[in-house]
Parts: sequence; structure tokens; C-alpha cells
Amino acid sequence: MVTTRTHISLAGIPLDNPVIPASGTFGFGAEMAQVYDLDILGSISIKGTTRHPRYGNPLPRIAEGPGGVLNSVGLQNPGVEKVISEELPRLRRLFHKPIIANISGFSVDDYAWACERMDGEEQVGIIEVNVSCPNVHDGGMAFGTQPESAAAVTRAVKAVTTKPVFVKLSPNVTDIVSIALACQEAGADGLTLVNTLLGMRIDLQRRQPVLANKVGGYSGPAIFPIALRMVWQVAQACSLPIMGCGGVATAEDVIEMMMAGATAVQVGAENLRNPLACKQIIEDLPQAMDRLRIDRLADIIGAVR
Amino acid sequence: MVATMEKHIFTVTKNAALAPNVYEMQLEGPGCAARVPGQFVNIALDGLYLRRPISVCNYDGRTLTLLYKVVGQGTRQMAALGPGRTLELLTQLGNGFSLDVPGRHMLLVGGGIGTAPLYWLARELKARGREVSVVLGFNTAAEIFYTEAFRPHSDRVLVATMDGTAGTRGFVTDAISRQGLSFDYFYACGPTPMLRAVSQALSQPGQLSLEARMGCGFGICMGCSLPMADGTSKRVCKEGPVFRKEELAW
Ligand SMILES: Cc1cc2nc3c(=O)[nH]c(=O)nc-3n(C[C@H](O)[C@H](O)[C@H](O)COP(=O)(O)OP(=O)(O)OC[C@H]3O[C@@H](n4cnc5c(N)ncnc54)[C@H](O)[C@@H]3O)c2cc1C
Ligand SMILES: Cc1cc2nc3c(=O)[nH]c(=O)nc-3n(C[C@H](O)[C@H](O)[C@H](O)COP(=O)(O)O)c2cc1C
Ligand code: FES
Repeated sequence: MVTTRTHISLAGIPLDNPVIPASGTFGFGAEMAQVYDLDILGSISIKGTTRHPRYGNPLPRIAEGPGGVLNSVGLQNPGVEKVISEELPRLRRLFHKPIIANISGFSVDDYAWACERMDGEEQVGIIEVNVSCPNVHDGGMAFGTQPESAAAVTRAVKAVTTKPVFVKLSPNVTDIVSIALACQEAGADGLTLVNTLLGMRIDLQRRQPVLANKVGGYSGPAIFPIALRMVWQVAQACSLPIMGCGGVATAEDVIEMMMAGATAVQVGAENLRNPLACKQIIEDLPQAMDRLRIDRLADIIGAVR
Repeated sequence: MVATMEKHIFTVTKNAALAPNVYEMQLEGPGCAARVPGQFVNIALDGLYLRRPISVCNYDGRTLTLLYKVVGQGTRQMAALGPGRTLELLTQLGNGFSLDVPGRHMLLVGGGIGTAPLYWLARELKARGREVSVVLGFNTAAEIFYTEAFRPHSDRVLVATMDGTAGTRGFVTDAISRQGLSFDYFYACGPTPMLRAVSQALSQPGQLSLEARMGCGFGICMGCSLPMADGTSKRVCKEGPVFRKEELAW
């Protein structure tokens, strides 16, 4: 349901509502377009795209925890050229609003390369830079775990695009605010908070990790309070718009994320267990707003200080 | 095979043990459960974040039959559901078996609970006038189920047990070679080691139904993506779970 009550503006881009499927939990939209009309969504963050095609990690890549899913997919994607030549044209016919191009890399160069290619795509409204990947030139530490490397990636992508750049931060850090501030200083136009939390499960019979990769990223309702806390902490310290992400499953969760400081909200794992999740959230929003006496969603952004 | 996922509430009409830890559940619901044999449903269960994928054992447009083995929390929960209880299913998932294959004599090979999707397949093949041989492998005689159910829809049913307490002693491949079955095409479902052995032992073309731990079951998470012989990868939940022998990287 599109009503002006749910309109928000994200880094200058008007969205009908703040609900956006999170990268990696919606593919490139084609499968989901068979389930519902994608145009009800605020935007779509496409599967993390890298410079070169990637198969990702060996199977099994999925495990489960209470209230969440553990994944070690490892950024499987066809590579930026094929995404541009095949996936984006297909998505353009299914979704008629600006999309969010989520890009990943294993060196600063990789990020800049993928970003520069996406910059040429009219359909791309926002570039979302996933800095949770390991830096192969620096001992495999994730870019997003240190303010300097997160800032280096931000500067490199900002230099090659005029589109708004949202840096998507990893929650696997002791001080998310310092990293957020480093990205802000490096020129980021916004932040997505958060990616998955590093986790693990063991198969008791086999006495082996369930995931072939041993560890993976945990997400789903179990991480909602952690993601919310990080959104709130960063919103207190930074002036950048935030896309809140982590465990969002209901219209109330969307409102809670926005009160904590999010301008828009991404829904990830919930799409996996309930393919209608985003549709239901969008349909439920007006009633949830009525119950909470919220006139316009834009009014509650960062209401909690 | 183009199939569109649907989400429906199905009601349990029957749920009974067939063998130790193996159950047959029948359900009815308002929508289509599957279009072709070999497809699966993905079942939401209380308190479990991920759905549980279970093959369609039989579907006649009204009654959906599932066979499942209790191996953990989710399947244990299923075993406790009596008639009248409801389950939320994603239906019509996966590609299913292709019935449009060359040859007259079809061999269906099942290992343990992997027997499930072969039942509807046998029915459909028999209805199309094919000769159908079924070979089922179990650990021991006490664990055997569904051999009688297959009889009306097949020309012969052979059994292999690991301990020799029924049928041929050993693997399904031992039963096939011992009986000197000559067939044109095979279909197999069962544990991965069995599928590997079957696809290596049989020179005929065939299709194999695989398993993978699934995040979504409908193609959006890439959690089940399997490397293929040609260097590409395919999703077990979407392009699979049924693959042609030559597609597989083993
Ligand atoms: C396409 C497909 C068809 C299947 N058909 C059947 C069937 O007809 N009958 C049947 O009994 N079983 C079938 N399985 C296996 C069944 O999905 C698992 O046994 C079941 O999910 C186990 O759940 P649990 O909660 O009891 O066990 P748990 O061990 O608690 O499960 C924990 C997690 O592991 C996953 N998991 C565990 N074992 C498997 C497995 N072998 N394959 C995939 N995921 C697994 C579960 O989904 C869950 O995410 C099928 C699997 C697939 C992929
Ligand atoms: C299967 C899966 C794949 C994901 N792939 C990506 C990805 O390619 N790029 C990315 O930035 N985040 C990826 N994520 C992280 C999500 O976009 C999201 O940040 C995270 O899951 C937290 O949100 P959630 O709790 O709603 O799932 C993935 C998550 C899952 C579950
Ligand atoms: S289980 Fe999600 S793509 Fe197959």
C-alpha cells in the first residue's frame, strides 16, 4: 500500500516506504517477482556483487540457531559484468524504482572497480559497499573492522561515483561508532547497519562444525536487539542517514529501527523463511502506525535519543 | 520445469509410524502441493527458524503424502502432530523428475527415506506404460517400509539390506548386479554415498535427487548452490533437487 504516510527520503532519493530487502536474501529479484509485485517495495538491495564471478564457499553453507540462520555462502555472484549485462536488465523490467547495488571486494581496487561499473547504471540509485569482506592484502582482516581500512574503501569508491554511497558496516567490532565516524569523514553519504554476526554451530554426532567453512554469519530476529543498539549508538554520533538492518521481521520492528535512528530499514533472513515477509510488513505498517499514533514515518526517525 | 511456489496451510489427516522412526503423514490443503514427482515442500515448524524440506511422496491433487525420518527437533515435532493439526507449507518447490526420457524399462533406486519421492514417480511411469523395477535399500529387515505400496505400480520390487536380514545382503548396487536387471534408464534418491555408488556402478543414463541444507528452498539465498561437472553451479532447491547423472561433478 503506497501512502504518503510512509514516504521517506534516503540521501535525496524519495522512497514510497522504508522497506528494502537486504542484500543476499532476495537474489536479483527474479524469483521474488513470481511471489508478489516488486513495485510495492521501497527499494531492493541486490546480491553482493564482486569484480570477478565467485562460487563462494563449499556446502554445507547453511545452519540454524534459535531465531536465526547462519550462512557461509561466501558472496556467490556472477561478477559485476554479468550482473550488469543480465541481472540488471531483467530486474529493470520487474522493478521500476532506483535499486541499491551492493558491492564487495577483496582489495581497495576491487571495490573501486565494481563501483565504477555500477556508477554507469541509471537504475542504480545507491551504491552500498559491504566492508565485511577480508582484505587479502592485509592478512585477511575484514575492511570493516578498522577505521582506517573502512575509510580507505570509502574514499576509493567515492572517487569513482557521483551516486550516494552507503557503507555497510560489520557488527563484529568493539567500537562501531569509531568506524562509522571514519566512513563519515571519508565522504560516505550514508551507512547500512548491520551485516551478519560471526557465529558457529557444531554437529554433535559428527563432532564437526555444521558449516564446511566452520564459521558463518548469523542473522535473523536473534540479532535484532544488537542491530538496533548499533543503529542507535551510531545515530547519536553521526549525522549520516542510516539503513537499519538485522532481524527485522514485523512492521513494529521497522518502526523500532526508525525510532532508533534509521531512515530506511532492510529485511534479510526473514525473506528466507517467509517469502511474503516484506509484503506483509508493508501492508501492516499503516495499522501499526495508527496503533502507535504515528502520522508519518518520517516524523519518528531518531525519535529515541 | 517451471513451477511457481505457493504458500498454504495444510491440515494433517493421518500421521503414523511405518518403521522405527519413519512416519507417513497425509495432509490436505487448499492449494496445489506439487506438479510433478520429485518436487518438495518446505515446512514451517514451531520454534524453528528455518523450514524443513520434505519430498512429496505422493499427491493426487487432494491428498499429500510425506514420508519422513525423525532425525532431529523438526522431524520429532512432525511425528507428534495428530489429525486436525495444521502446517504451513511452501509448495511446488524444485524441478522434479523428468518423465520424458528414452527407453522402456525404468529402474527406480531408493535408499532408506530416499524411497519417498520414488513412489509417485513409479505411479506416473507405470501409468505411462513403462516397465518399472524398484530396488530399495535398508539397513535391516525391521526398517523396511513401503515395499508393498510399490507393488501395484511396478513390475518388480527388490530389497537389499546391509545385514542380509531381507533380500540381497549389501548395497542396492549389489541387488541390481546380482539380479542381472537390464534396464534403459534409472532414477535414484537416497544418501549421497549411495547416489555416488549408483551413478558410478550404472552405465545407463539416469536422474538423481539430491539433498542440501537449505536457507530458503526457493532460490534466493544461494545456500544450496552445488558445483556442476561443467564448471557452473546450480541450486539444489531451484534447478534441482533432481539432476541428470552427467550434470553432477562426481
Ligand atoms: C529436497 C529435500 C528433500 C528431502 N526429503 C525428505 C523426505 O522426504 N523425508 C525425510 O525424512 N527427509 C527429507 N529430507 C531431509 C530433511 O529435510 C531433514 O532430515 C530435516 O530437515 C531434518 O530436520 P530436523 O529438525 O529433524 O533435524 P535437525 O538436525 O535439527 O536439523 C537442523 C538443520 O539441519 C537441516 N538438515 C538436517 N539434515 C538435513 C538433510 N539431510 N538435508 C537437508 N537439511 C538437513 C535442517 O533443515 C535444519 O536446518 C529432504 C531434504 C531435502 C533437501
Ligand atoms: C544468505 C545470506 C546472504 C547474504 N549475502 C549478503 C551479501 O551478499 N552482501 C551483504 O552486504 N550482506 C549479505 N547478507 C547480510 C544481510 O544483507 C543482512 O545484513 C544480515 O543478514 C542482517 O539482516 P537480517 O537479520 O535481517 O538477516 C547476507 C545474509 C544472508 C542471510
Ligand atoms: S536454499 Fe536458498 S537458494 Fe536454495
